Amino acid sequence: MEITLPLFYLIIFPGFLFLAVYGLWLQWLDRKLCAVMQNRVGPPWVQPYADFVKLLAKEVIVPDAAESGMFRVLPFFAMAAVMTALLCIPVTGAALFPFQGDMVAVIYLLTIPTVTFFLAGWSSTSPYSTVGAMRVLTQLFAYEVPLMLALIGPAILAGTWRLSGIAEFFSAHPALMPAQAIGFFAALIALQGKLERLPFDIPHAKNEIVGGQFTEYSGRLLGFFNLAVDMELVVGAALLNAVFLGGQNGFTGAAAAAVFLAKTIAITFLLALLKSLMARIRIEQMINFCWKYLAPAAMAQVALDIYLKYRLG
Amino acid sequence: MSKITIPLGPQHPALKEPENFMLVLEGEQISGATVNLGYNHRGMEKAAEERTYIQNLYLIERVCGICSHSHTTCYITNVEEIAKAETPKRALAIRALFGELERVHSHLLWLGVAAYEMGFETLFMYTWRDREQVLDCLEMLSGNRVHYSINTIGGVRRDISAEQKAEVLKRIAYLEERTKYYVKIGTEESTILARTQNVGKLPYDVAIQRGAVGPTARASGVARDVRKDEPYLIYNELDFKVITHDTCDVFGRLVVRVLELVESYKMIKQILNGLPEGPIAVKVPMRLPAGEAVNHYEAPRGEDIHYLKANGTDKPDRVKVRAPTMANLQSVAYMMEGGWLADAPLVIAAIDPCMSCTDRAAVWDPKKGKTTVYGWEELRKMGIEHYKRRGVDFSRL
Repeated sequence: MEITLPLFYLIIFPGFLFLAVYGLWLQWLDRKLCAVMQNRVGPPWVQPYADFVKLLAKEVIVPDAAESGMFRVLPFFAMAAVMTALLCIPVTGAALFPFQGDMVAVIYLLTIPTVTFFLAGWSSTSPYSTVGAMRVLTQLFAYEVPLMLALIGPAILAGTWRLSGIAEFFSAHPALMPAQAIGFFAALIALQGKLERLPFDIPHAKNEIVGGQFTEYSGRLLGFFNLAVDMELVVGAALLNAVFLGGQNGFTGAAAAAVFLAKTIAITFLLALLKSLMARIRIEQMINFCWKYLAPAAMAQVALDIYLKYRLG
Repeated sequence: MSKITIPLGPQHPALKEPENFMLVLEGEQISGATVNLGYNHRGMEKAAEERTYIQNLYLIERVCGICSHSHTTCYITNVEEIAKAETPKRALAIRALFGELERVHSHLLWLGVAAYEMGFETLFMYTWRDREQVLDCLEMLSGNRVHYSINTIGGVRRDISAEQKAEVLKRIAYLEERTKYYVKIGTEESTILARTQNVGKLPYDVAIQRGAVGPTARASGVARDVRKDEPYLIYNELDFKVITHDTCDVFGRLVVRVLELVESYKMIKQILNGLPEGPIAVKVPMRLPAGEAVNHYEAPRGEDIHYLKANGTDKPDRVKVRAPTMANLQSVAYMMEGGWLADAPLVIAAIDPCMSCTDRAAVWDPKKGKTTVYGWEELRKMGIEHYKRRGVDFSRL
């Protein structure tokens, strides 16, 4: 019995299976929302699942010049890192394996997919992939700092580096949540960059460099990369929920699950709104924006939280 | 940082037609660019020599999928000039009406394509949805959405009824409203400004030197417009402005095109409200006397030039088409150099390229350093051998 429950958590809920199914569903929601905003019909809800199954059935082609072993293992690496990150983030109750300082571990684990994207592009060796890989890395330096700074603010205020602890703190003090607005929006924009969505889909801008870092990927490997990106959306939304929106807000069981779903859907809505409101910017404009506006905004949030902490004692 | 060469095309998501641009990159910046034509040559000028003047009307219409009316009007003006036909005034007005409706649909299409190239998918969807209005107008008036086939030698094929006129005016009023919104978006939205301002610079004197035409030239401050400089059809009776802009960049080209939409709406209303009475076509003999004619026409993309030589039979001796993209393509490499890789698709799209209208083919021998001319028999033999090497035998055909 002691072993079955953790296994259930790991494999079914809120582990791998839930993450995959919900991630693909959020992908559909995102696409549908964008379609509605753009006055289109949009795909039916089975589309992402059908796409995934179709990709699984397709032939995998590895370029001759690519390093075969690394090329094949990278998608699974990305997926594993994203799934591991979820273990520390509270979904319906407390997180599965919380520990002091798990926020840093989650940030670290969420950087791994980006690094695998870079390696994927680099090891493919085609010109488009190489440019895409360089852009992945350049972009990483732009959004990573604002994201971390934005997450640190609430952690300072809550006095803990444990994500479940931060969520519990804000559940207990909901009045402090509106004060995190700047940090929340800074983190939201940085998350958009991390997920490489418009206006920050620069590494795989299709009009410029075709598929970017994924140009040479096909079949099963591409399917798993796509799945990893969708899972990252869930984990990113869950992370923002835990840090800024108070996690499950003191609910338990089914109500907590409903709260989680509602909040991740709301975050997806905001991300979809961002996606359909803007044109893609250039890489140097993105770096300027992140360092000139986003990082100072996140820093202002940190300063505000230090002040609040001092006033509250 | 080492240089890498990236091929943009012939197969690339940014290009709607096969064409090749080799970009030499230093990091993200383009240090050199070459334009390679010749992936889409269709031999239309040669094919035109094998067909009668009436058949050619439908061939010439297919030179371009967007400015189909521009090409036929230009060609037909040549035919009528040689035949010395007196085309009725009403037919000329209807031709001008189609020309302006075509400009509206072409510029709306361009706006969508440009938005797509800069990654603004919502604007792309919006403009193409609104473009349906003008396509519906064209379908209602001519029966076709893209290749209207409204022109015939000596006039036009269909008349415009009062109901059709009212319907077109209604839809134009809607489009005017939408265009105001696009003017606002195009000149105020910060990501559009970030992507278009100071991108693809083409200074005034370079535009003149490289022979840029149409909106590309007008955005560099060159006030050239055939409709104004040498009015054809009924343009001398219409009241409109030549839109120019002095920023010489993609932003200028965007503004010029959007404001030209407004001018086109104005003209459409003037033409419809002042449509002259009378017949819509006159009879023109099938055989044309020997002679030559050359005419130009302001297509949505710029000046379109047609040359026609008749030899007294019912088939032309020579048809020559210079589509506007041919003139504008000379500036593309200049505009891309020194820019960002991310801007390359947008700079190419900003001249509103129509590659297959433009395409030329020449046989170049790098060893001898000169071009060679091949005759029909030789080309046929080469084609058969080429496919034989791939396992298909066409020699019996």
